[in-house]
Amino acid sequence: MVRDPVCGMEVDPASAFATRDFGGRTFYFCSENCVNQFEADPHKYAEDTDAPEKARSPLAGSVTTGYNPALTRTRVDIPVIGIDCISCVQTIERSIESVAGVDKATVSLANETATVEYDPSQAGLKELTGAIKSAGYRAGGAELRVGIGDLRCASCVGFIEDELRSTPGVIEATVNVGTQEAIVKYLPQAATLKQIEAAIESWGYKTRPAASDEPEDKTQQEHEREYRSLMAKFWFAAIVSIPVLVAAYPSFTPLLRNASETTLRWLWALSGFVTLPVLFWSGRGFFTGAWAALKHRSANMNTLIALGTGAAWLYSGVAVLAPQIFPEGTSEPFYDVVAVVIALVVLGQALELRAKGRTSEAIKKLMGLQAKTARVIRGGQEMDIPIEEVIVADLVQVRPGEKVPVDGEIVEGSSAVDESMITGESLPVSKKPGDEVIGATINKTGAFKFRATKVGKDTALAQIVKMVQEAQSSKAPIARLADVVSGYFVPAVMIIAILTFVVWFDFGPSPALIFALVTSVTVLIIACPCALGLATPMSLMVGIGKGAEHGILIRSGEALQTAQALNTVVLDKTGTITKGSPELTDVIVAGGGSGDELLRLAASVETVSEHPLAEAIVKGAKDRGLALVEPRDFEAIPGYGVTARVEDRRLALGNLKLMARLEIDAADLQAEATKLADDGKTPMFVAIDGQAAGVIAVADTVKEDSAQAIAAMHKMGLEVVMITGDNQRTAAAIARQVGIDRVLAEVLPEDKAYNVHLLQAEGKKVAMVGDGINDAPALAQADVGLAIGTGTDVAIEASDITLIRGSLMGVVTAMEVSRATMRNIKQNLVGAFVYNTMGVPIAAGVLFPFFGILLSPLLAGAAMAFSSVTVVSNANRLRAFKPRYSAA
Amino acid sequence: MTTPQIIVTFSGLLLSAFVAWFFWFAPRGRSHATAGTSGLQEASITVKGGYSPDFIVVKAGQPVRFTFTRQESASCSEQVIFSDFGQSAQLPEGEPVAIEFTPDKPGEYEFHCQMGMLRGKLLVE
Repeated sequence: MVRDPVCGMEVDPASAFATRDFGGRTFYFCSENCVNQFEADPHKYAEDTDAPEKARSPLAGSVTTGYNPALTRTRVDIPVIGIDCISCVQTIERSIESVAGVDKATVSLANETATVEYDPSQAGLKELTGAIKSAGYRAGGAELRVGIGDLRCASCVGFIEDELRSTPGVIEATVNVGTQEAIVKYLPQAATLKQIEAAIESWGYKTRPAASDEPEDKTQQEHEREYRSLMAKFWFAAIVSIPVLVAAYPSFTPLLRNASETTLRWLWALSGFVTLPVLFWSGRGFFTGAWAALKHRSANMNTLIALGTGAAWLYSGVAVLAPQIFPEGTSEPFYDVVAVVIALVVLGQALELRAKGRTSEAIKKLMGLQAKTARVIRGGQEMDIPIEEVIVADLVQVRPGEKVPVDGEIVEGSSAVDESMITGESLPVSKKPGDEVIGATINKTGAFKFRATKVGKDTALAQIVKMVQEAQSSKAPIARLADVVSGYFVPAVMIIAILTFVVWFDFGPSPALIFALVTSVTVLIIACPCALGLATPMSLMVGIGKGAEHGILIRSGEALQTAQALNTVVLDKTGTITKGSPELTDVIVAGGGSGDELLRLAASVETVSEHPLAEAIVKGAKDRGLALVEPRDFEAIPGYGVTARVEDRRLALGNLKLMARLEIDAADLQAEATKLADDGKTPMFVAIDGQAAGVIAVADTVKEDSAQAIAAMHKMGLEVVMITGDNQRTAAAIARQVGIDRVLAEVLPEDKAYNVHLLQAEGKKVAMVGDGINDAPALAQADVGLAIGTGTDVAIEASDITLIRGSLMGVVTAMEVSRATMRNIKQNLVGAFVYNTMGVPIAAGVLFPFFGILLSPLLAGAAMAFSSVTVVSNANRLRAFKPRYSAA
Repeated sequence: MTTPQIIVTFSGLLLSAFVAWFFWFAPRGRSHATAGTSGLQEASITVKGGYSPDFIVVKAGQPVRFTFTRQESASCSEQVIFSDFGQSAQLPEGEPVAIEFTPDKPGEYEFHCQMGMLRGKLLVE
């Protein structure tokens, strides 16, 4: 191999683009461009032939990257993927150390990294990673695509590649002129996106996001191509149709009205000639499709159209060429049918394609939500890496206005995050350390750092996309009939067409042959199996996508169908109607007065307790801005409460039994405590220095919109039942607050499913709404199980529908989506069935004996073409779905 | 009845019977998926006006990989769906697309395009 003196690329002398002799030497070139540059100034390149070689050598150093050649030893950490045993550590170490220039390699099993000390003048990252690879492991490192603007000159490829390769941290770089991108493999801890871009820009090029990073939608491109091809075919057929129609109905054209039989025959022959390309170009798909299906012993819409138009064309041909073999008056051609029907059906296909593209909009929107890069902090260094490279436990920095790249938990900072794209919740949610953030949501106000907990296909977004895709391709039971029918449909239509021909031929009026042919062709053309086949899947696709937009993940078509028939909703209390964690609700001081001092002392006692009720009191006190102190002599008395000293005062906090045990008279507070308990709260007595001082109440409070959601369910005609393991009194109190009429209290967790079963035995279609963890059996037992999601955990196994947002309003929206979708499916199915069961007999001429009505094959073609467009358009109407009940 | 009428009637009835036999009753060919050494059962399916092969026999409990290649541009067949297994895939024209899953229960299952026009059977033994 020799080097191109201009671009420095390696060229095989045998296959070089060109050679030039200069100064007694022969130079080889990779491209015309390089030859031209060389010829413009051969001296420059001839003297400088070795320049690219020098630039490549690490000894030469790099001007742009600041690499210091004086430093002869470098250390680098290379992540190694898949180390799983102690012995492999040695294998890798040995392999790396065998590279010339490497002094020492240490592989850490725990960190999965290889720390290498080496002489950069002798070895590069490429050799080091090569050594890891030859040991049988993969060196970690990010791969990045960077778009390069206006990269035209092929000769510059080599320069940019060299520049990138000499950038510290870059393992390998290739530049592609075709795609105008550089693919860079690098160690994110050693090189940043900025440095990589700077390397490219140092050669005078602008960088931009890589084009191949854009969500490339193959299907859409294919649709676009197919659409253009169909439209071209349509226009051709339509234009040909005009003269053919004129010739077919000479009595309507003044010029042809008095034309002789011979002239007409010539015109018809010409029509036959010009319709041939319509048949075999515009209508090619019908014939190839019909043939391909025939080979599988199956038949579809193509078969029908091919048979219909083919029969019409053949008959016409014989009628024009040999009119004498037909009875008087039957030797008329039907070339107009051929051209017009093909034009219409092709147009129908094109329009259908357009409409179909829109049905999958929801999923496209979801997929487009993902962020492209993440700014992670590794080893105290911030680095931009592609989102695919983020690993669990990475620390990720998010600035205001940026997308949260993956799922995680905030460790530092706080902000408001717009989660509407995932949960459907329109208001930004405030986040602080410890809170969960969901990938693809948008950070609004503050900057924060979070620890990645779910990446790649485990993120909420990835799971949502997967679930929606699965559901969209599932089937609703209602489609089964259409399925069975469409399996038999086409051959049945063919048989009907044959029989139609026979009946008209035997019993029809004269000219019987014409009538027989026209009717049977019309039967073939009007039947539309597509409408049947499209009816359910199209609506399902739009409906399930619509659900996802509102934060409702419907698992399958079956769940969707069952959901619209529900009449009873069973709501779990804790975590579903209520927030699921106790909160401080009341502070009552004996004899009146401010509760703050009482709360401060009581909460100080509870700071050391781990009881959930204690936590609620501490949180309540902190929320009121009270400064808590450390208690002394803390003692927990199980079944009673706690005692401790706070600021030299004796505190006791617990139930009435504790008061009795300490011989404290709490009779005055008992009435208050009973009232609180009646409201579903948990009262605790507080005694200070042996005196009853007050009552503190804690309760699991209802979610803000639970009452509203339950009201909406009532409005929708649903019976709402609450199920809980709590006692009757607490349950009734909550039920009163939210307006529930039927309460099943004191139900053991394992009996929840049985209670659902009992409701079903009453003949009810039951939806169970729970958190999906304790309620799994009940969710599975119910006709439809709805799990209230908790943040990023969306794939809840037992549920048929997952509500990503923790609000009961989602239940209402879910029902609305399912009702709207099922209504749409029914419209489509009924439409398709009615169309076919009416259209086929009318085409066969059943109305003729009574009303003298016969359908023109042209009309049949139009009807067929637009029936499937109608089905898809009707499904698209669902895209305008807006929740009514849950919108308020 | 005139002679042409009798001829037309008879041939019409015969043709109808043939259509019914050809599309509904004629026996179909079956294709066994080939099992590799790793236990993966593989089959390649061409999509063109139908699935060939359109009757695939596999063993239960072993993972299968079906590689679909669509060789037509009609949008009809752009998706293949195994609804019983919750599997589906977009089939870009001319590009092999693999679907993998493990059929656990023996039985006869269907796979089809999104409109149910193209159909194939999967027999799990």
